Amino acid sequence: MSNQKITLAKGLNMGLRKAMEDDDKVLLMGEDVGKLGGVFRITDGLQKDFGEDRVIDSPLAESGIVGTAVGMALRGYRPVVEIQFDGFVYPAYDQIVCQVAKYTYRSQGKVKMPIVIRIPFGGGIGAVEHHSESPEAQFAHTPGLKVVACSNPVDGYWMIQQAIAHDDPVIFLEPKRQYHADKAELDESATPEPLFTSRVVRAGSDATVLAYGPTVKTALKCAEAAESEGRSLEVIDLRTLSPLDMAPVYESVRRTGRCVVTHEAHVNLGMGAELAARVTEECFYSLEAPVLRVGAFDTPYPPSRIEEEYLPDLDRVLDAVDRSFAY
Amino acid sequence: MSDPVSFGPDLADVFGPSQTDGGPDLVQLLTPEGERVHHPEFDHDFSAEELRGLYRDMVLTRRIDVEATALQRHGELGIWAQLLGQEAAQIGAGRALRPQDYVFPTYREHGVAYCKGVDPLRLLGLFRGVDQGGWDPNENNFGLYTIVIGAQTLHATGYAMGMQRDGVVGTGDPDRDSAVIAHFGDGASSQGDVNEAFIFAASYNAPVVFFCQNNQWAISEPIERQTRIPLYQRALGFGFPGIRVDGNDVLATYAVTKAALQRAREGNGPSFVEAYTYRMGAHTTTDDPTRYRLNDELEHWKLKDPIERLKVYLRRNGLVDQEFFDDLDAEAKELGHHLREGCKALPDPKPLDQFGYVFSEITDEIAAQRDEFAAYLASFEGSTTTAGGHS
Repeated sequence: MSNQKITLAKGLNMGLRKAMEDDDKVLLMGEDVGKLGGVFRITDGLQKDFGEDRVIDSPLAESGIVGTAVGMALRGYRPVVEIQFDGFVYPAYDQIVCQVAKYTYRSQGKVKMPIVIRIPFGGGIGAVEHHSESPEAQFAHTPGLKVVACSNPVDGYWMIQQAIAHDDPVIFLEPKRQYHADKAELDESATPEPLFTSRVVRAGSDATVLAYGPTVKTALKCAEAAESEGRSLEVIDLRTLSPLDMAPVYESVRRTGRCVVTHEAHVNLGMGAELAARVTEECFYSLEAPVLRVGAFDTPYPPSRIEEEYLPDLDRVLDAVDRSFAY
Repeated sequence: MSDPVSFGPDLADVFGPSQTDGGPDLVQLLTPEGERVHHPEFDHDFSAEELRGLYRDMVLTRRIDVEATALQRHGELGIWAQLLGQEAAQIGAGRALRPQDYVFPTYREHGVAYCKGVDPLRLLGLFRGVDQGGWDPNENNFGLYTIVIGAQTLHATGYAMGMQRDGVVGTGDPDRDSAVIAHFGDGASSQGDVNEAFIFAASYNAPVVFFCQNNQWAISEPIERQTRIPLYQRALGFGFPGIRVDGNDVLATYAVTKAALQRAREGNGPSFVEAYTYRMGAHTTTDDPTRYRLNDELEHWKLKDPIERLKVYLRRNGLVDQEFFDDLDAEAKELGHHLREGCKALPDPKPLDQFGYVFSEITDEIAAQRDEFAAYLASFEGSTTTAGGHS
């Protein structure tokens, strides 16, 4: 099969299709995922091809979606549910934290919870309130959940299949701003890296920038800009937020001595705080400067006309790199 | 007529006057005095053996409850959720199940667990603090106790949707057709999850019976705090039938639940059974009902005891002899012994056990925490100081 150039939306759609072809226990459920194909069209055409029993339009109740998915998993199915927007996951929070995350532990391993909860996350699309949030730390803080974030079309294709095939619950974060943004070439015959691994996406020697989801693109742009100023930035796409894959991070920071973390989520108690703590503990004697964090301010997501002044961007990440070098 | 704005008839015109004692729609087959009455829609021709069996089940269930309560008083259990007074509701519902039917319980369904063949000793682990549910839910089709109120009704609905997809609903094969029963209480009826479960079940016509034991009290809150209309009448608003049964009448509960389950198995969708009963004990062993309810009320309900009325019926109709009661008494004693001795012998989990089973396979992160903690614990070996003791 010849390689094709695809968007993230297409990669996810193809990945879901492949997972459903490979295992007839895979079910999709969510609001508007059927005939409409989802508000972002990620499930486009799947109900037509797999039927209403496998691609299920749900009532508008997120706790109901996740709670019934628990029951389906108990019956031996592998439900993949779509939460329409990040800010709408909270009605399901109790089911996710108290049931999805704890069932395997409660049953001492007798019951598995192979549920994937897909959440389009992050901002930058000019949306109204509750449509641009980054709730990943709330889930990464919860034992029993795995949390991953894809950043590009090829990862979207592979990671969604790997998450569905995984026997534990996975919160699957999709950077909605990237859905239809860039195209990449997909080689369906390639062997993907394991799901819970981080990856160096640009090698460098002067400082390490950690990113995931939508900020990977920002970090790569930073590295390009920094290069023109004579600085070599190494960029790591974390991909997995829980568990974290720290080995490539430690290896990088021990070489560079500097580390900047960027995410769209609030800085206070965000993923950057955990990453900074771990890097400091493991790379203390290699660090030339404290680990710096660039994220959203600790304010609610603002009206969209000023969201670009809220989200971390190229200049703010580069500013943090400058501050790191100023120590 | 003076009010120009009308939203329609009064509640009382639609639902009838508010009822405090079951009301005229209550399905009953055995009165509190032990009189067998008949119902035009829900009835069953009980054999003497069936009747003795139901009596035995209720007596043994009460024994489980009494023993566990005593074990808590002796410090062997941290807490116990008593079912005293709800034996008929649980045995009636539990005995209406077929092996292929699946139960989603609260934390009080000890009688249903017993009907499903779960060793009652396994129920104690959670309350002793040695596990959080010691049975395999798929071994007896009896789910784990769920402590978050009402959460399990959604799991039940999802499970029932799975049954639909497995083609085990409405085939006409009695050994194949299956249903789910979701247990919850009057307090849970206020939860969003329960109402969402009703909506999902109705929308997909899922084979699930919502079985509500209305025991009149949610800890200290009376049923009037949860609802202005009889609970069973809510079902209609969700688009499926609701029925109120005397939950202290094991015969009626059995007949009604059996019909509701059969309806679900045949593919006719969900239904709601409100078992009208009474929590004669406390909410749990840490509760003190004397702070919020009158003793008169308890005395009133004691006259409706679910076990006594069947005993009267069995005796009056010569269906039992003294040997039956003696044998049952011996069996109950043996069960009590099993629970007492078994409870004390339940092994405590080991400190490192807490790291297991967070996931299907331990992650490197958790394994590292486990190993670090193991090394920390090992550092005290041979020392007079123990972990946590700095003196």
